[in-house]
Amino acid sequence: MNAVIEMNKVKKEFGNKTVLSDVSFSVGKGQIFGLLGPSGAGKTTIINILTGQIRPTDGTAKLLGFDSAKLADGIYNKIGMVLDESGVYERLSAADNMIMFADIYGISRSRITEISEKVGLSDAMKKPVETLSKGMKQRLVLARAILHSPELLFLDEPTSGLDPATALRIHELIREQQKRGCTIFLTTHNMEEASSMCDTIILLNKGRLVERGVPQELCRKYNKDNLIYIMTKDGKELNLDNNHRSAKKIAHLFSENQVESIHSSEPNLETVFITLTGRKLV
Amino acid sequence: MTAVRSKCIKAVFNKQIKDTLKNKATLIQFVMFPMLAVIFTETIAKNQADMPNNYFAIMFATIYAGFVPMVTISSIISEEKEQHTLKMLMMANVKPGQYLVGIGSYVIILCALGSCVFGMIGGYVGLDFLKFLGIMLSGVLTSTLLGAAIGLFSKNQMTATAMVLPLAMIAAFLPMIAMFNEKFEKAARVLYTQQISYMINDPALESLTAERFLIIGINMAIFLIVFVIAYRRRSLS
Repeated sequence: MNAVIEMNKVKKEFGNKTVLSDVSFSVGKGQIFGLLGPSGAGKTTIINILTGQIRPTDGTAKLLGFDSAKLADGIYNKIGMVLDESGVYERLSAADNMIMFADIYGISRSRITEISEKVGLSDAMKKPVETLSKGMKQRLVLARAILHSPELLFLDEPTSGLDPATALRIHELIREQQKRGCTIFLTTHNMEEASSMCDTIILLNKGRLVERGVPQELCRKYNKDNLIYIMTKDGKELNLDNNHRSAKKIAHLFSENQVESIHSSEPNLETVFITLTGRKLV
Repeated sequence: MTAVRSKCIKAVFNKQIKDTLKNKATLIQFVMFPMLAVIFTETIAKNQADMPNNYFAIMFATIYAGFVPMVTISSIISEEKEQHTLKMLMMANVKPGQYLVGIGSYVIILCALGSCVFGMIGGYVGLDFLKFLGIMLSGVLTSTLLGAAIGLFSKNQMTATAMVLPLAMIAAFLPMIAMFNEKFEKAARVLYTQQISYMINDPALESLTAERFLIIGINMAIFLIVFVIAYRRRSLS
């Protein structure tokens, strides 16, 4: 695996408070990598360490092959960021915000038009950012982050507080970035988002990694009940063991056209997290 | 490399110009004192026989050099820190030095334009005008250094305002008070704005002595040290 991000036994302390302990993971090129954890778990601290904004107390973090404590000149040209604080110039128009970053990156103005169309902001580009809705602002921040076609995109809670339609649009844009080969580092406490978007996830709790893997595999791994739930057309709820003994009964119900709904007892990531930590993911 | 540096500086400079046009609070600071000088000169100084025509130009020019650059640059830097826009600039590979040069040059250029207005109202022409401009710019630069240091030290605009206002008031208004009070004048002599006031007060600008420039230089050196300490401790984080 060609690792774009590597963290090895990273520890971070602020004063006497340990916010990260022994955190190790790596992210392969072209992956959508999810970092899940409740507020205060240490997700933003990990991003800050990786992007060289703060240094780890112990351990090493590498970004695109460089030690994050000594990032090479120009490395930020290969990175795009959507952080929890938007960092946009509120009085300026959306276009002026984009023009400024295009000038810094040395990118043509036509690219701004292309990106603004892609994120659905063409009609709002002349408006001051302070007049835009939260969803539009978030799309502007994403547009700024992908303006220079980065190799690596950090997305810190990119859909937090957004309506479902805007969140869906942002998910589409993220997948588009992955298609062109961009590696995505996504932090979220939205388990549905992580399940549907991420190739690999890690679960973080109180600064420690508690589990890692492919979302669907993790859900199967923690499927302790291993049951099949059936709702029949006459309103009965059946909980059947997921084994060959139930197969005949299920087949019979289907042949009699009695099945209203059927699903397995696989937990979602939220339940997995609660099983592992006793805490909710919010 | 130089092209990369200059494009970042230019981008920061252009952003600040656009922002100023949409930010009345900043715009008014650059415009207010020259406007007041014009109004007071036209309505009062020119109608009072015992008052020199350049009386208000000199008074407001000194206030301008002490107040505007200091307040403006500290406000810009602290706002960028508070709004996290500065963080995004740093994450876009803009170096702290490039940012400070971009913002600093913006403040100095706009203050130079304001100084030109004062020079014209004050009736300076030819070489005297250039000397006047040079003196004003030495004051603007000194104030900019202290304002930038305060901006670096502050976490947000409120802290910056609380820190900068008393200092800017002293720098700007002490020379004015010194005009009417000898004790204040003695105390104000160590201040760069007082030296600027002395120098631009002399219509032929004959008072450009080494001692005056030395005092301005010492002020500048002290503020430069404060700026370097602020930069090392806080950088632009």
